[in-house]
Amino acid sequence: MKEEIFVSGRMNHLVDPHLNIWHWEIPLYLFLGGLAAGILFFAALYFINGKEDQYPTAVKRTPILAPILLIIGLLALFFDLRHKLYFWQLYTHIKLQSPMSWGAWTLMVITPVSFIWSALYIREFFPNWDWKYNWIKEVEKFLQQYKKVIAWIMLIYAVILGIYTGILLSAFNARPLWNTSILGPLFLASGLSAGAAVTLIMSKSPEERKRFAQIDLIIIGIELFLIIHMFMGFLASTQVQIDAANLFLGGPYTMAFWIFVVILGMLLPAALEIMELRKFHIPAIVPAILVLFGSLMLRFIFVNAGQMSRWLY
Amino acid sequence: MTNRRQFIKITAFGAGALAIGSGAYKAMAGFSSTTEAAKLTVNLTRTPTYCEVCFWKCAGWVYKNDEGKIWKIIGNDDDQHCNGRFCPRGTGGVGMYFDEDRLKTPLIRTSERGKQIFKQASWDEALTYIATKMKDIASKHGPESMALFTHGSGSSYFSTLLKAYGSANVAEPSYAQCRGPRDEAFMATFGEEAYSPEITDIRDTKCLVLIGSHIGENMHNGQVQEMSDAIDKGATIITVDPRFSTAAGKSKYWLPIKPSTDIALLLAWIHEIINQEYYDKKYVEKYCSGFDQLKEHVKDYTPEWAYGITTIAPDQIRKTAKEMANAAPAVIVHPGRHVTWYGDDTQRIRAVAILNALLGSWGRRGGFYRPSKQAVPSSEHPEFPTPAKTWSDAFPGKYSVASTPVSNALIDASIPENNPGFAIKGWIVNGTNLVNTIPNQANTLKAIQNLDLMVAIDTMPMEITGWADVILPECTYLERYDNLRVSPHRKPAIALRMPATEPLNETKPGYWIARELSKKLGLEAFFPFEKQEDFLDWQLKKIGSSLEEMIRIGVKTFEREADDLYFANDEAIEFPTDSGKIELYSLAFEQAGFDPMPKYIAHEEPPAGFYRLIYGRAPMHTFSRTANNPNLTDLMDENTVWINPKVAKEWGIVNDQYIWLKNQDEIISEFSIKVRITERIRWDSIYMVHGFGHAQKQMKRCFGRGASDTQLITKVLTDPLMGGTGMRGNFVTFITEKTEQEVAS
Amino acid sequence: MRYAMAVDTKKCVGCSDCVVACQTENNVPIGYCREWVVEVMAGTYPQLEMEIRSERCNHCVNAPCVRCCPTGASHFSDGGIVLVDPKKCIGCGACIASCPYDARYPHPDGHVDKCTFCIHRIKNGLEPACASVCPTKCIYFGDMDDPNSNVSVVLKKRKFKTLIPEAGTDPQLYFLI
Ligand SMILES: Nc1nc2c(c(=O)[nH]1)N[C@H]1C(S)=C(S)[C@@H](COP(=O)(O)OP(=O)(O)OC[C@H]3O[C@@H](n4cnc5c(=O)[nH]c(N)nc54)[C@H](O)[C@@H]3O)O[C@H]1N2
Ligand SMILES: Nc1nc2c(c(=O)[nH]1)N[C@H]1C(S)=C(S)[C@@H](COP(=O)(O)OP(=O)(O)OC[C@H]3O[C@@H](n4cnc5c(=O)[nH]c(N)nc54)[C@H](O)[C@@H]3O)O[C@H]1N2
Ligand code: SF4
Ligand code: SF4
Ligand code: SF4
Ligand code: SF4
Ligand code: SF4
Ligand SMILES: [Mo]
Repeated sequence: MKEEIFVSGRMNHLVDPHLNIWHWEIPLYLFLGGLAAGILFFAALYFINGKEDQYPTAVKRTPILAPILLIIGLLALFFDLRHKLYFWQLYTHIKLQSPMSWGAWTLMVITPVSFIWSALYIREFFPNWDWKYNWIKEVEKFLQQYKKVIAWIMLIYAVILGIYTGILLSAFNARPLWNTSILGPLFLASGLSAGAAVTLIMSKSPEERKRFAQIDLIIIGIELFLIIHMFMGFLASTQVQIDAANLFLGGPYTMAFWIFVVILGMLLPAALEIMELRKFHIPAIVPAILVLFGSLMLRFIFVNAGQMSRWLY
Repeated sequence: MTNRRQFIKITAFGAGALAIGSGAYKAMAGFSSTTEAAKLTVNLTRTPTYCEVCFWKCAGWVYKNDEGKIWKIIGNDDDQHCNGRFCPRGTGGVGMYFDEDRLKTPLIRTSERGKQIFKQASWDEALTYIATKMKDIASKHGPESMALFTHGSGSSYFSTLLKAYGSANVAEPSYAQCRGPRDEAFMATFGEEAYSPEITDIRDTKCLVLIGSHIGENMHNGQVQEMSDAIDKGATIITVDPRFSTAAGKSKYWLPIKPSTDIALLLAWIHEIINQEYYDKKYVEKYCSGFDQLKEHVKDYTPEWAYGITTIAPDQIRKTAKEMANAAPAVIVHPGRHVTWYGDDTQRIRAVAILNALLGSWGRRGGFYRPSKQAVPSSEHPEFPTPAKTWSDAFPGKYSVASTPVSNALIDASIPENNPGFAIKGWIVNGTNLVNTIPNQANTLKAIQNLDLMVAIDTMPMEITGWADVILPECTYLERYDNLRVSPHRKPAIALRMPATEPLNETKPGYWIARELSKKLGLEAFFPFEKQEDFLDWQLKKIGSSLEEMIRIGVKTFEREADDLYFANDEAIEFPTDSGKIELYSLAFEQAGFDPMPKYIAHEEPPAGFYRLIYGRAPMHTFSRTANNPNLTDLMDENTVWINPKVAKEWGIVNDQYIWLKNQDEIISEFSIKVRITERIRWDSIYMVHGFGHAQKQMKRCFGRGASDTQLITKVLTDPLMGGTGMRGNFVTFITEKTEQEVAS
Repeated sequence: MRYAMAVDTKKCVGCSDCVVACQTENNVPIGYCREWVVEVMAGTYPQLEMEIRSERCNHCVNAPCVRCCPTGASHFSDGGIVLVDPKKCIGCGACIASCPYDARYPHPDGHVDKCTFCIHRIKNGLEPACASVCPTKCIYFGDMDDPNSNVSVVLKKRKFKTLIPEAGTDPQLYFLI
């Protein structure tokens, strides 16, 4: 028998018996960030491609949600901070090696950009909209000219933001479950899939819906591929990583992960979308909501399970 | 600013600032010395104390922070007991002061005994109540019907009070529940006891044999430090323990003995050492008597014989005997301290003493040194009246070897059904939690129910205070003066305890309490000094020091009168025994009608489904006194029951599960206890740390945490020689779910 | 200068004096700790082996906690000591998640806290509180760059290990085995 115990100290429930410092705020923040990244990515992509009118929901309408999501996400992050009054310290330092830091700075860039993007389209939805002040109108006029530049910035930062939501975790070598380079692409994919789902819900154009259902299917395929590879990677690695994988393969997170994330969040919506593409009548909102739910659960489960995984020594 | 001023006030006695600065300077050895060190320390105030968290009594300094609040306690570098390093309990002693559950005012019981309904009282009221009752008892039953149970620094004041009043019934649990058997066994052998701190020369030993002495868990500071020094120097450690103790983990040999069979092992070692002629012939011849009888006595106690009893393989017994012999005389077969195990404890420790004598370790470097103690004058007072009867008249003929009153005999004498020669009618209980200290709780509680007066003097609302008629709240050791610490050591030394801060609430120092009570009894002549500090100054001046000096230095070490830490070569020594020799064959025991040499007697074994209850110490707690200490509960907040994996499997018990323990007399632990499944314990025993499972609700942190071993020790194996209460003859089984009825019982 | 600490597992008895001394010295609130004690036991009765370790921040040379801190609150100080500046710390918890040894904790005041190697003491020529109190004198502290320091000397004499070297943190808390 091998016995390893803490004789004393370490009775702090935030750290022991396993890490418990991140609760709902961080996963929500990661989900909203990923979702906003997905939305802004498609908006920028199709604008740059010149498909603004083909996919109007994706380019013009859904982005209005992005700033709201980002603000809520930031609020969640703020809630998580234990030394809130010192929040501003995030913006007096640039720490390139700290994912937290470049996440904060990424948001610093993309949040205003998303505001601007929404502002540039606001009159299309509210024809009577009036900016009231002349200088704002001037600014708008100016920005309209540089829409393409803005779109490029938005595209790049959306990808960074999407990847960041994964890297924030995967940078932690201390938590074997998080410490896989697949987490960045996986969270990016999950964010894109969620972004596509929002367009699916909001779009009234069959063509656009079909497009986004196809996109979603492809992304789900990629996600499944990444997940399988992630587990193969873990299982072929050291004991700590095997232990980490086992959290999902018989361990406490098995049911939650496979049912909520993989079956309800990926396989079922994929099946429904295939059926819809095959002209079965399925309300588009059903698979889309499942995708959103799966994407949210993915974050919650990974943040929680990751805190349970640790090095043995 | 107050801080600064206070400091100046204190150091105004002398060049305090300088002295403290240089004290810190000394600690800097090996580091770049900056003047910062002096600055850092000088900005603080520190006052000397010696620790009261256990009875090792390490001397140290209490530091206060900028706000004048107690901050930390650090050992005094000049103190031989601690060498500048406190143990965890001493370091955590600050928690004694800060514990918000402390007793705050005197209390007088307003309900029947046992129900805890008290009213707050003034000191005058409380003391008047006690004095009236005491006078009553004296006139009705004679003053010898009062008993004092006491442990710790306050003992001398209350003992003076009781003796002045006319009773000699002063008992400490450190005798019949602790080291009494050892003291009597060593007295019978060497004519001298092993003292506290033990005179074991561990730091220079080549071989340390620990028989159930779990040093490292038993955190008696100097021994732990010296054991570590010995490890550094490559000494061999041999540990005999049914449990893989921490010390066993550091040992070259761990002998996982079957509990209760130690005497067999000891006899086999003696046999081997005599038969192989390993013993120190010159030493034995010169200093010992009774060798031939001993040789004859142990001739059949071969290692093979012992193997069948102890489960220790003969070659292990032989090898370890050889190790001891190789190291002799720098070998210590440790006398142990809490030795009241199986009722034949005096005889077991006799075997230990004999073994040491054969190896020639007594009085030798690396064995047992000769202690030296500073003589200090005591205050002059009238002669104590001679009591008509003393404790030994209660049960004539019993425990004839006991040299001090036996606590459990006094308890028994308080129960009329026992037909004692005279009955005890009133108790003063100072600094001992009898309910959790004396085995067979029911007996103790029955005795209390029969009393006319029961006074408890304590710092905490403990189980014992719940049973008192009057509770007197003493302030903690951090808030008072006490008598000088004068203990024997390599060099004679004294240490001062002074208050670091004012007593909290209505609490008072023991000296004040005893003196005020003496006034009410008309006995103040026995307390000639109004203030203890006046007494201390008077006393110190008589030995060439002063209170002012001691406040500055905390500890004063004197030189030995002669260079006699160890026996000189061929020194002629008259041992203070009957024969003037080290008695391998005890004439005194023989005369008292006991075996002059130890014999092995088999003890009862656990019935099927039961396991022997063995218990011990955790390094971060002292009995029950620290159970509610915030700093120490932070380290360990409950005890666990150690169960061997095989046993756990049989029972389907899992780690961290809470279970109840039931003993052979159907007593079920009041609280459940967490399971620790571990290979560190034998399959025939379970282990738990003493001092938990508190039933006193007022102690919020420790109430109901863990289980109390005392509660399960209902069967007492009394040592016929000196009355020691053997506590390890109890067996327990497991209850995984408590039924309604059991909860009620 | 490179401060390091070595703990002798052959002498440590797990008494936890170091833990409580750290608590009083550094005003670590009750319920939290900057250091802790681990007991590892292997074997079957009576063939047993036990290792006891007093653990704390490893003051890693390659410290992930410093790397991941977004504000620079976690930083390297003199002699490689890893510190947290409470006035810069936003309490995001990233450093806590990044430490493979779980050596940090969120202080109830909001910032993150951890072992400082008692920098306030060593600057004043004193040993860290835990080392100075340990009854078994099993904690050695000093400058690795000084071949005569306590820690250099003992590491030369004895076999030692570090914890999770494979995590690549280059820990400066050594365990004598
Ligand atoms: N079951 C079992 N029983 C045992 C033992 C065991 O291991 N198991 N061990 C035995 C041994 S070796 C011993 S020495 C005894 C010890 O027995 P005790 O000395 O009775 O031990 P504690 O339980 O610590 O009780 C001490 C009491 O003193 C109080 N106290 C603490 N400081 C002060 C103070 O400054 N002033 C006053 N007035 N009171 C104070 C505490 O609050 C507590 O109520 O127990 C013996 N009994
Ligand atoms: N931390 C801490 N240290 C203390 C104290 C404290 O309360 N806390 N109290 C102090 C006091 S007053 C005392 S008296 C001492 C007591 O300390 P010791 O004299 O060292 O302790 P014991 O309680 O006699 O012994 C406990 C050990 O005996 C083993 N044991 C049990 N049964 C047997 C047996 O049949 N044979 C053998 N060989 N071993 C057996 C147990 O497994 C355990 O390891 O500790 C002192 N030191
Ligand atoms: S050994 Fe520990 S508890 Fe006992 S007196 Fe010394 S410091 Fe205090
Ligand atoms: S104080 Fe020393 S012996 Fe005690 S646990 Fe800490 S390092 Fe080990
Ligand atoms: S042990 Fe943890 S907290 Fe300390 S330096 Fe290394 S990573 Fe940072
Ligand atoms: S919690 Fe504080 S120290 Fe830790 S990473 Fe965040 S800002 Fe830095
Ligand atoms: S070095 Fe100081 S801060 Fe670090 S664990 Fe030791 S006492 Fe605590
Ligand atoms: Mo004792």
